[in-house]
Amino acid sequence: MSNAAWETLSNQAVGAAGIVYFLALLAHLAEWASLRQPKGTEKRVAVGSAGLAEVAPAPTTRETERAEFLGRLGFLLTVIAAVAHAVSLVGRGMAGDPNRVPWGNMYEFTLTGSCLVTVMYLVLYRRLRLSWMAPLVLGFVLTVLMAARLWLYEPVAPLTEALNSYWLMIHVTAAIIATGAFTLGGIASAVYLVKMRAQSRLPEGAELTGFLARVPTLDGLDRVAYRVHAFAFPVWTFAVLITGPIWAHQAWSRYWNWDPKEVWAFITWVVYAGYLHARATAGWKGRNAALLALLGVATLWWNFIGVNFFAGNNSQHSYADRPPAVVGPYDVRG
Amino acid sequence: MTQAPERRSGELTAREMLRWTWRQLTSMRTALVLLLLLALGAVPGSIIPQSGVDSLAVSRWKDAHPSLTPVYEKLDLFSVYDSVWFSAIYLLLVLSLVGCIVPRLFVYAKAMRALPPAAPRNLTRLPDSAGYRTDEDADAVLARAREVLAKRYRLRPAAEGDGFVAGERGRLREAGNLLFHLSVLIVLAGFGVGALYGFEGGVVIIQQSKQCPDCGTFSNTLSQYDDFDPGGLFTPDQLNPFSFTVQDFGVDWLKSGDRAGQARGFDAKIAYRQGTDGAEQHYDLKVNHPLSIGDTDVFLIGHGYAPVLTIRDGHGDVAWSGPTAFLPQDQSFLSFGVIKARTAKPGEIGLEGLFYPTFEVIDGNPVTVFPEDLKPALSMLVYTGDLGLDDGSAQSVYVLDKDNATQVMKADGRPFRLDIEPGQTVKLPDGLGSVTFDGVQPWVRVQISQSPGKDVALAGVVLALIGLCGSLFVRPRRVWVRARPVDDEDGVDTGGRTLVEVAVLDRSGNHEVDEVVRDIVEQLQGQGQDSSPEHSQEHA
Ligand code: HEM
Repeated sequence: MSNAAWETLSNQAVGAAGIVYFLALLAHLAEWASLRQPKGTEKRVAVGSAGLAEVAPAPTTRETERAEFLGRLGFLLTVIAAVAHAVSLVGRGMAGDPNRVPWGNMYEFTLTGSCLVTVMYLVLYRRLRLSWMAPLVLGFVLTVLMAARLWLYEPVAPLTEALNSYWLMIHVTAAIIATGAFTLGGIASAVYLVKMRAQSRLPEGAELTGFLARVPTLDGLDRVAYRVHAFAFPVWTFAVLITGPIWAHQAWSRYWNWDPKEVWAFITWVVYAGYLHARATAGWKGRNAALLALLGVATLWWNFIGVNFFAGNNSQHSYADRPPAVVGPYDVRG
Repeated sequence: MTQAPERRSGELTAREMLRWTWRQLTSMRTALVLLLLLALGAVPGSIIPQSGVDSLAVSRWKDAHPSLTPVYEKLDLFSVYDSVWFSAIYLLLVLSLVGCIVPRLFVYAKAMRALPPAAPRNLTRLPDSAGYRTDEDADAVLARAREVLAKRYRLRPAAEGDGFVAGERGRLREAGNLLFHLSVLIVLAGFGVGALYGFEGGVVIIQQSKQCPDCGTFSNTLSQYDDFDPGGLFTPDQLNPFSFTVQDFGVDWLKSGDRAGQARGFDAKIAYRQGTDGAEQHYDLKVNHPLSIGDTDVFLIGHGYAPVLTIRDGHGDVAWSGPTAFLPQDQSFLSFGVIKARTAKPGEIGLEGLFYPTFEVIDGNPVTVFPEDLKPALSMLVYTGDLGLDDGSAQSVYVLDKDNATQVMKADGRPFRLDIEPGQTVKLPDGLGSVTFDGVQPWVRVQISQSPGKDVALAGVVLALIGLCGSLFVRPRRVWVRARPVDDEDGVDTGGRTLVEVAVLDRSGNHEVDEVVRDIVEQLQGQGQDSSPEHSQEHA
């Protein structure tokens, strides 16, 4: 296949992934809708541990079956979309001459990052019982994919010299994986906060309905968020504090430059360290910890989007502008 | 307290005050607040240009904001990461860390020697527990529990009349956590050593050529650097002797496609000698492939063009001959430079202007259309008179001092512009002499640095990562199995004469252990017979 053909394939795969993601989203929305019942006809059964009984409406068997079918369908469609998504990445990489990793610019980074969000969700789906997250994850990935296609698209081009390094490859891979996981964790923490707020506003004796009734308990959400963050944090540490500096040392002679990209990666790291602390600190558990998790995601995405656009040439890492070829302007103090 | 009867309540002695402060400082909450402060404190340095990162940007910023500059300078906002207030945050954090970790080390050492704790009185009060009845002997159940649990838990030695088995696992979690926090200190130590003893210098080196056989050489002494940025405790004898020559430099330019004009590869062929008389060795210096000589690393970080000119003065004598490095202004490699012919007679000659790697005139404007030197041209203004070359003061080689100089004009009174291509010779007006453009040489900018402590810092982060994984992924657990004979209540057979209770405690509070409970119960029951579930408190 020619490079142009690979590039076309990649573009078509992105389109296909978008469409299938959308179908998957519809399937999951239908799943939720089919479980909704007119008020009053609900029977209630207690699930959960004694004392802290969580009460959920018990739908009829036929409805449950339909919902289960739709849920499985949604999952399957998500898998298909993820495969198309991955094909689009392979296409980008193969279209480069020489072949290369698919993250030479913001479009590719976004494409890869959002793919990782999906993959991570699929991998953890069973283990952490993430089915409740489906509409949120799909909505997020779909939005990001569309934004990337509309605003960030760039034709395939070779990597600049400084970006052409094994360490960089490992560094960016780890950073993207961590970004995907932190994003998932952020979604869980956001739902935690929304549910907490909704619960606190309920009148005495009333119960949550709809989506919030079906997500896990606050404790469960907190634990899911923690476990995803606990996976992401060491990966981020590896990306930002090990491979990043090794690469920086090779490329620019300094392993830590305090350039804006590094500063924000460090800020993200410290905020998440704060999150992990907060979960073990009296008075910070729960709500404040979840807020810190959201702050962490905000710094993460700000680093990727904001710093690229606003710091421009200020940052040696900038993908938004021409990459860091070795050129001036020089700091010549001679 | 009793020794100070006249003290009013609420008053603290200095010692109590100290202890209180220490306890506050080393509390988890303070650590958290300091961490968040550290994150917050790092923000300004990403927005305001930093002199350690880009001093050019700093001076530009200062020119643009004259009124804010003094305030910012007072707050050290141009060097945030060396500032007093930023240092204060992380030093407090380090202090808090030490105060937190050292006591925990002792606690941990003691806990290492302790036995898994005895079973609590009421196991079924624990959140994750289960019970069942069986007709087996309590002792038989306990013996099997020991067998089942011994595979995955460290057991408390059995004592007469215990009636329970206690096990524990995952104490490495705390070890990992301690290792992580200690490693943070190691990283900081490595980082600090680098900041104090390291140095970083840059030098522009014009490639060696037939026209300029003396070009391209560098030997590692202070005077050879264009700029040099040492740490606070650097001493010049850290500069290990070596020398090298840039023999050839090439750029692999992308010629077509969307990114035409982008460079794909840079390659400087250098010959180097270690010490003063080492054997000559060769190295291809490329981006991402530094050359290490002893503790010193040599990096290729920039390149540009050096036009080779010969200036003859009014008497026909050569007043200047050789290459001069011009500084690229942007990605197009349009470059700016000056040439000074000090010995020219009757007047000194100074040239200032632009170098176009691939010169074209588009719509009457001179431009460069490609960064490679395919069709080079120079366009320079000429000055004569006093160029300030003889007053002994240091001068930048990239700046022409025009204060006392006069610009050379054409006969019609307009400025004379020297437009010249390689191979041409142009006569200057007023019998000042002539300029010959002999050719173009590339130059490279090389960064030379020592980063002592970098291996320490690297080892520190690697250890930190290992500790972190232990801390986050090891699941510390305690497990208890109790078996005791029970009487049938009021003569009703409730399922068996022995009550077995199982409880598991996840000490990190982050993991569900209901499955663990279920698993243990199954294993205990698997070989027993005739048992019935009593009560279960598993989380769904
Ligand atoms: C340089 C500053 C610090 C950093 C970067 C840092 C980072 C971290 C991280 C990433 C964790 C998560 C690992 C885990 O959950 O086990 C953690 C846990 C912990 N840190 Fe720190 N820490 C710092 C300072 C401190 C200080 C000063 C204290 C003492 C007050 C402290 C006490 C703890 C404790 C007790 C845990 C365990 C929390 C738990 O059980 O989940 N840390 N720290």
